Amino acid sequence: MEQFTVHTGTAVPLRASNVDTDQIIPAKYLKRITRHGYEDALFAAWRSDPGFVLNDPARAGASILVAGPDFGTGSSREHAVWALQDHGFRVVISSRFADIFRGNSGKGGLLTALVAQEVVEQLWAATEADPALPVTVDLVARTVAFGDVAAPFEIDDYVRWRLLEGLDDIGITLQSAGLIADFEARRPTFAPRTA
Amino acid sequence: MGRTLAEKVWDAHVVRSAPGEPDLLYIDLHLVHEVTSPQAFDGLRAAGRSVRRPDLTLATEDHNVPTIDIDKPIADPVSRAQVEALRRNAAEFGVPIHSLGSQDQGIVHVVGPQLGLTQPGMTIVCGDSHTSTHGAFGALAFGIGTSEVEHVLATQTLPLKPFRTMAITVNGVLPDGVTAKDLILTVIARIGTGGGQGYVLEYRGEAIRALSMEARMTICNMSIEAGARAGMIAPDETTFAYIEGRPKAPTGADWAQAVASWRTLVTDDDAEFDAEVVIDASELTPFVTWGTNPGQGVPLAGAVPGPEEFADPVEQEAARKALAYMGLAAGTPMREIAVDTVFLGSCTNGRIEDLRAAAEILRGRRVAEGVRMLVVPGSVRVRLAAMAEGLDRVFLEAGAEWREAGCSMCLGMNPDTLKPQERSASTSNRNFEGRQGPGGRTHLVSPQVAAATAVRGTLSSPADLAPVA
Ligand code: SF4
Repeated sequence: MEQFTVHTGTAVPLRASNVDTDQIIPAKYLKRITRHGYEDALFAAWRSDPGFVLNDPARAGASILVAGPDFGTGSSREHAVWALQDHGFRVVISSRFADIFRGNSGKGGLLTALVAQEVVEQLWAATEADPALPVTVDLVARTVAFGDVAAPFEIDDYVRWRLLEGLDDIGITLQSAGLIADFEARRPTFAPRTA
Repeated sequence: MGRTLAEKVWDAHVVRSAPGEPDLLYIDLHLVHEVTSPQAFDGLRAAGRSVRRPDLTLATEDHNVPTIDIDKPIADPVSRAQVEALRRNAAEFGVPIHSLGSQDQGIVHVVGPQLGLTQPGMTIVCGDSHTSTHGAFGALAFGIGTSEVEHVLATQTLPLKPFRTMAITVNGVLPDGVTAKDLILTVIARIGTGGGQGYVLEYRGEAIRALSMEARMTICNMSIEAGARAGMIAPDETTFAYIEGRPKAPTGADWAQAVASWRTLVTDDDAEFDAEVVIDASELTPFVTWGTNPGQGVPLAGAVPGPEEFADPVEQEAARKALAYMGLAAGTPMREIAVDTVFLGSCTNGRIEDLRAAAEILRGRRVAEGVRMLVVPGSVRVRLAAMAEGLDRVFLEAGAEWREAGCSMCLGMNPDTLKPQERSASTSNRNFEGRQGPGGRTHLVSPQVAAATAVRGTLSSPADLAPVA
């Protein structure tokens, strides 16, 4: 996994709440069996509208998405994270995230920065006024900075540490293989098996 | 201090715990399906890892299998590739699989309980958010993403932070004609689609105790629509009776030991929940959704709300968007909304009791002119049981379509979809934009309301129907 420390990029203001994962990536794209190549699938339904913010040429190359509350609700599809990343996003900023989406993001290396809704509103206004405005997300200091604003964001300590180190979860867990085997020896005999 | 049910199950599965780190939790059962697993198996292969416990893992094909002509190759090449990838991965990694055509094929959340694999006190995961269904047995069951699927395959564990706990206490008795689906839609409308975020919900109280296992599964299934990680119901005699004798249920001395252990799985009297919601069952009525998230619901006797009825500006805006998408005008009585399609099925309401309830209403009646009704059993065994009772005849004679098992029109991944602007009454769990097909409009309803709606052609409850002549 790629390390994440400080990232500066331009931002896309997505003025919508309750952006569920069916909107982020419609179900039909879930049939693919690869791990990459989902950039075309991101917000596919909305992108057929020429006025949709992501279609604005001034937003090309943006790497930070700023969305309304309850981003990532609904289906647990991790493709939502891959689609955002394949499109070039490294950070999503919102005032409330769905739990599973947030968990998936942390594992995949997409930073979800939780800020107060007023910061979201400020970011929307600032980046609508100037699409080229640089926004800096500093995971070390846990701040989002743009123009003359610097606002704190929240992120789980453990997820932050993994992102900072670029560590893979399975490798970390396998260091406890002995403890897992001990636990298995203690499981009740009545516990069911599939085969 | 005492512990809640969720905390007891959690504590019993901690492999490793250290300050400032997530607990490493052991997983008793890992259910796998074709959509969220290929990338996980790919990851294992790339890292040269194996599946640690194939004997605690089970694969089924459900999300994009067709529900007609299942003896022919799957027509859609992409769906076929996904199903074939699952079969190859299961064979390569030694994971048991119930493929299309097998008697044990079906929706993953119908198959687990039906085999007796879902038992109280277990930790159960699947790369699917409706894994919460299994919580009806007093298991801690929750959906995970594909990276976590890979993690469980490789280690049979997951690093997790403890969830908060919320009690949903439902006192009193559900009135006649009010179902588990109406209850859970009411709960979601009350607490909102984000209200359960970070919580495990424990449903308790007199009305919950009175429910059958299948009704309990309907409730736990939709916990995720309130944003919760999981829903749970403490096991009791109803639970034990449901499990006993199933293929994977404990037998003999193991059975006695299991039941004794399961009886301890109740929230202690002095345990504290982080939050509590109390509902009076006697006030509930049939409940349906009008909007594009499961929290946008009203009593069937009510009307489509106007955006100005919501205090919160974010909800107002969401209501405006939903009304436009749904093609509805504020103030329209719900009972006057006409549908094109009725879908009876899904892991929420595709079990035998759901089919029985709908068939009872359709017996001697006909699906309205111009309305298409799809009946899709949740599993092959549900289908066979329904046929043994003659329910297939009832549906066919009423003019409904009787299909093979699968997720079908719950999500638009297989050939069963709504056309743009088509409107459905659906017993599934999500009314998101495009969920049942691009541009499709979904109203979530109970099986009883689905059947009555099929007969009248507009959203209806059985009480609205003329008696059978
Ligand atoms: S029936 Fe619907 S909700 Fe249930 S597993 Fe299938 S697609 Fe998911």
